[in-house]
Amino acid sequence: MTNLETQIIALIWTVVKIVCIVLPLMICVAYLTYAERKVIGYMQLRIGPNRVGWFGLLQPIADAVKLLHKEIIQPTLSNHYLFAVAPILSIAPALAAWAVIPFMPNVVLADINAGVLYLFAMSSIGVYGILIAGWASNSKYPMFSAMRSAAQTISYEIAMGFAFVGVLLAAGSMNLQTIVLAQQGGIWHWYALPLFPLFIVYWISGVAETNRAPFDVAEGESEIVAGFHVEYSGMPFGIFFLAEYANMILISTITSLLFLGGWLSPFEHIPLLGKLTSFIPGIVWLLAKIAFLLFVYLWMRATFPRFRYDQIMRLGWKFLIPVALVWLCLVAVAVVVKFPPWFN
Amino acid sequence: MKFIKKLFNIFFLTELLKGLKVTGKKFFAPKFTVQFPEEKTPTSSRFRGLHALRRYPNGEERCIACKLCEAVCPALAITIEAEPREDGSRRTTKYEIDLFKCIYCGFCEEACPVDAIVETRIMHYHFEHRSEQIMTKDKLLAIGDKYEPMIAKDKAADSIYR
Repeated sequence: MTNLETQIIALIWTVVKIVCIVLPLMICVAYLTYAERKVIGYMQLRIGPNRVGWFGLLQPIADAVKLLHKEIIQPTLSNHYLFAVAPILSIAPALAAWAVIPFMPNVVLADINAGVLYLFAMSSIGVYGILIAGWASNSKYPMFSAMRSAAQTISYEIAMGFAFVGVLLAAGSMNLQTIVLAQQGGIWHWYALPLFPLFIVYWISGVAETNRAPFDVAEGESEIVAGFHVEYSGMPFGIFFLAEYANMILISTITSLLFLGGWLSPFEHIPLLGKLTSFIPGIVWLLAKIAFLLFVYLWMRATFPRFRYDQIMRLGWKFLIPVALVWLCLVAVAVVVKFPPWFN
Repeated sequence: MKFIKKLFNIFFLTELLKGLKVTGKKFFAPKFTVQFPEEKTPTSSRFRGLHALRRYPNGEERCIACKLCEAVCPALAITIEAEPREDGSRRTTKYEIDLFKCIYCGFCEEACPVDAIVETRIMHYHFEHRSEQIMTKDKLLAIGDKYEPMIAKDKAADSIYR
């Protein structure tokens, strides 16, 4: 085979791999919107969408078709280039981050040793989409939204970073596979237990990072209409929507990988149950954990009223960061003294 | 002690978990949704919807043009003109209700000494052209003829309370 042919084959393989990850992800995003409407409906004693298709299962498809048909309006006084780039900037990192996610042992697109760092970078870049959308719209509500989003993200990224550092200390690696494998040895070895405060801190900052309720001041409809996407219509708006939900799935996945043992079975090393469930492939456990965390996302949205802006800042700076810092020190000590049963 | 309790509540998110418990319970609670076109919410026999003029079983219209309904109508939606008929009895020549003015208070129905004007359970109706909202005598009588069984039943159900 010539050099060119191998390159083409490599390229095709890469594209196939990308499609294998992005296509199921997009279907998941579509059905996450359906699940959200159903779950929140059920919690409000309604039954949610049930008209399009069997149990309303075609509802997300109908929504997508509707959005595709809508006119794309660009405000005359907006910054046209940035206005067009903003949706792309918000969805691209949400998809790119999946490159380092291990679904099962060795089933990963890019097994790099700085996986956690890459994830952290990608989940932070996603905010640029919102910032740029707010700025490019040249309108007051998007501008407010962008400022709120910027302040919120900066505050919560720090707490999130500390939560990451805790996991890195405990696992001694930035490779996601190594981190998951470090949690082997039964459900009590998952980092959610020894790093419980960091787990909570990470989850709260993750919800804040994705601009979801109760931290959705960036699109607080009661005061700033819809925030950064006020001026967006049709599919660009749809892309923001996709990005938000893709980010939710991403944060849930990262949380499962870092704190809930990724693809590891919860019944590992439990005498009878472990043997009986050992035939279930790891990806099922991973998907179950992701689905549970997504349900928690929706559950929280159905339950909590939106935080006031100063409350968000107080929670971020005065609670999450100190808690994370204190627990970080404890973890560091525990790792040094090889505290059993987790760090020996 | 109180301080420690407060601290415990803050760090273990007890209040938030209580909230989650409430919604978590409601998630499994029975749902109230009525699937509208197929299912309808029950209405009372006293429901005040579209108006109708009734007839006696022998086909004679009930209305005797006493104009009590016109007098009691707070929205001045009813217009009545009356003349003696050939047989000498007093009847309306014009009986109109402007449904845009009507506030569906039911006073006309209460005022009527012969149960001629009634408000039915009908609530799903619409107008497609101007002046269609003016219910003429013919239209009101037609509604009355069409829904007489229902109206008679509702009246009978309510009669014990009068």
